[in-house]
Amino acid sequence: MDLIAHLPALQVIVPMLSAPIIVLLQPRGLAWAGATLAAVVSFAISIALAVAVLGGETQTYSMGGWAAPFGIALSVGGLSALVLLVVTGAAAIALLAARPSIDQQIELERQPMFYSAWLLGLAGLAGIVVSADAFNIFVFMEISSLASYVLIAGGPDRRALLAVFKYLIMGTIGATFYLIGVGLIYMMTGTLNLADMESRIGEVAQTRPVLVAAGFITIGLALKAAVFPLHVWLPNAYTQAPHMITVFLAACATKVSIYVLIRFDYMVFQPTMAEHDNQFALFLMPLALLGILVASAVAMFEGNIKRLLGTSSVAQIGYIMLGASFISLAGVEASVMHIFNHALAKGGLFLAVACIAFRYSDLRIQELGGVAKTMPFSCAALVLCGLSLIGVPGTAGFISKWLLITASLQSGPWGWVFVAVILVSSLMAVVYIWRIVESLYFGGSTNRDSVISEAPLQLLVITWIAALANLYFGFFPELPLALADNAADVLMGYGK
Amino acid sequence: MTPENTILIAICLPLVGMLGIIIAGRFSANLRETVTLITALCLVYVVWSLLPELMAGGRPAVEVTQLLPGISIAFRVEPLGMLFSALASGLWIVNSIYSIGYMRGNKEKHQTRFYACFALALSATMGVAFAGNLFTLFLFYEILTLSTYPLVSHKGDANTVRSARVYLGVLLATSIGLFLPAIIWTYVIAGTGDFVLGGILPGKLQDPEVGLLLGLFVFGIGKAAVMPVHRWLPAAMVAPTPVSALLHAVAVVKAGVFSITKIITYIFGIEFLFDSSSSGWMFYIAAFTILAASIVALRQTNLKRMLAYSTIGQLSYVVMAAAILKPLAEVGAAIHMVAHAFGKITLFFAAGAIYVASKKTELYQLRGIGKRMPWTMTAFTIGALSMIGVPPTAGFVSKWYILAGAFQAQNTAALFTIIGSTALNAAYFLPIIYMAWFAKEESGGKDHGEAPFPAVLALTITAMLTLAFFIFNGPVIELESQVVQGLAP
Repeated sequence: MDLIAHLPALQVIVPMLSAPIIVLLQPRGLAWAGATLAAVVSFAISIALAVAVLGGETQTYSMGGWAAPFGIALSVGGLSALVLLVVTGAAAIALLAARPSIDQQIELERQPMFYSAWLLGLAGLAGIVVSADAFNIFVFMEISSLASYVLIAGGPDRRALLAVFKYLIMGTIGATFYLIGVGLIYMMTGTLNLADMESRIGEVAQTRPVLVAAGFITIGLALKAAVFPLHVWLPNAYTQAPHMITVFLAACATKVSIYVLIRFDYMVFQPTMAEHDNQFALFLMPLALLGILVASAVAMFEGNIKRLLGTSSVAQIGYIMLGASFISLAGVEASVMHIFNHALAKGGLFLAVACIAFRYSDLRIQELGGVAKTMPFSCAALVLCGLSLIGVPGTAGFISKWLLITASLQSGPWGWVFVAVILVSSLMAVVYIWRIVESLYFGGSTNRDSVISEAPLQLLVITWIAALANLYFGFFPELPLALADNAADVLMGYGK
Repeated sequence: MTPENTILIAICLPLVGMLGIIIAGRFSANLRETVTLITALCLVYVVWSLLPELMAGGRPAVEVTQLLPGISIAFRVEPLGMLFSALASGLWIVNSIYSIGYMRGNKEKHQTRFYACFALALSATMGVAFAGNLFTLFLFYEILTLSTYPLVSHKGDANTVRSARVYLGVLLATSIGLFLPAIIWTYVIAGTGDFVLGGILPGKLQDPEVGLLLGLFVFGIGKAAVMPVHRWLPAAMVAPTPVSALLHAVAVVKAGVFSITKIITYIFGIEFLFDSSSSGWMFYIAAFTILAASIVALRQTNLKRMLAYSTIGQLSYVVMAAAILKPLAEVGAAIHMVAHAFGKITLFFAAGAIYVASKKTELYQLRGIGKRMPWTMTAFTIGALSMIGVPPTAGFVSKWYILAGAFQAQNTAALFTIIGSTALNAAYFLPIIYMAWFAKEESGGKDHGEAPFPAVLALTITAMLTLAFFIFNGPVIELESQVVQGLAP
């Protein structure tokens, strides 16, 4: 077997095995270098996987040569490849930029442990994506969750502990619900392998345990994915986490749960259970619409810039769920594209915030008046990513918004309502992004110290790479679009 | 240089100029202004070199990249866009000369940012003018909005920021809330958004959806300032006067009426709209805007705000002319873009010159100012006469064509709107002219003469253009008649 065939396994193994080694790298800077190297290698692996998948092949792998359904199977298709790109890309970008910010926020002697936890989080998230087995998804989910509790609580602010406790309770409930659902299905079908499950569940589809399982799994994953109204843990966790961890988690953490939610439902439940697609749509669509509107409205009045962006994430998750709830090719494609594009925009925004936070510790919007005078480059990057979040043409955010509106118009008589919701929330995004912009550029520059200069070059360069990526993928979206196309074809093709 | 390359050069040239301005701004102000002027001259050369090809009936086109299947960034030059780009690029030179006098005379801050954003706005204007499909149009339309925001908020104080918020808020809200869904709707039902003579919608859309889609377009294109989405234009007057002159009398507002005209001709098709029963309201809303804006202008006491309301009225002339949906009126719409541009930029130049020389902004302060600033006020008078439509000025030509179109359509409402609005225009411009020349100046005022030389030079040039267009309008009419060739009168 050549190396390509092993890539799905290496995707998890590289960060996972690097994690314990990192703990030993005590000398200053080495832990960071090691972790970054591992993340960049992971990113390279996911690019190679994406290229292989674009060739038309779903990459499957059997651990130890044991064939599924008895052995542990991994599989990477269009959807997984795209989510892997997001996860490893976010980790690589955040780690490349992280050093100055982490040095400022985490004591030197705790850093190796911190970076090690970061890699474990990465391994867990990547593991969820490559797994083709419902129970392994749970195992990796727990690994990534435990790692992210550590990461969020790792910052200097003690309020993070309360935020993380909330997150821990909610996350555990979500994971437990998922496990209960998987257990029930195992009881009825005797298998944990997703593909196997799909073929066997049809015989028992209308039994009560399977129906209950579908409910448990959907709600459990919706909780992990911060689908409105199960999102309350998210804004606090993002606000209190160390800045670079916010970049990483905001770009990819909830996306992975959304990925499992979409994949599980489209693959296992929809083709086998009569009327399940309608139930799925009717359950998620109202939540998505409410989430889009309520979270955008709340974001307009948030005072803290990180909390504002975190709340906006809940609305953006609503967009992704809305696309998924159309149960159409166009809808799924839009949804998958938005996973990618939102990661770009929000990751870039939080990177720019990290730049600003490096010089200004108080991140309340009214305290940031006139920052653009001392940090012009960081603020310009923030504006650019903000435009992408709003969905201005020429940015990545516009592509997914266009696809989503097109899908809405094709979705039937209610299409215009969805279009209206999307547009109203875009306008609310203009309001909350412009509140930040006006404060940064025109706010009262009281006690602005002229000694303060731009963020460190390392942080700034990476931030600008992320910002320019928003432009690049706004004009040349072929790569994510091809993967999203592939994903939509596969997801809508199950059971046909 | 093939015409295809010329299009791309015309769009990229101001961007290169912008970089040059930013770099030159670090060394010296004179160098920076030289870069601006050279960029403007090159742009005019490049844009005008397309003209012979267009006159001969050529339609150079180029596709840059495809974003989604069926949705691409593509350019295609046709007579309307040619006229708009030639106008905007030509006046950029004059405006740059004027800016030098104005910005230095006023000792404005952040001049490098000012010139850089101006170049970016011009690049976006070229993109709007040459857009080959709705998506490309929308892309550059939004860039134009965003690039002019720093120009409007230039001063940076609380009042300016508040006005700039109105500016951005209205333009973004209308474009995202109405224009974008209209575009996507068009793509969904027609499968394309390309500008094709005769339209892409005939046969694909029925009443009353025609009227609804038209409404999304007309109000979504907030830059055309059709009431009730006109509030951003008076708000934009907080910008330095060169911005009001070129952008809010020519580039930005004309981008609005240009887009509407282009969508009527190339997306709906004139005949299709004329035959549809649900599109008639557009004419009445434009006529209402003309009269209402003139009445509001009558009550203004601030010179620039009065000019802004006058612009709103004049823009709706273009929209109304387009809405008459007859060949001569469509030509009249295109000519009025030019005629109004020459006249209104002259008026704004004069307003700015008065401000630089005397710091006067209110109408009542203008008593007797003609004796102190004879050049400026002569130009102002010519501009005002063109707004009213008195021969021998440019405004007369376009009104002639719009009236001829109204007769073609046997549209008496258009006739009375134009008569009423002409009377109103005269009512708010003539008293100012009288006051400036014949009233006695109040004693105790500042002793001042003319504005700085570059400013006076610029406004003299545009005043001459206003007069010259009365006679030398043949090529423009010939070019624009191509759009309506073969249509029944």
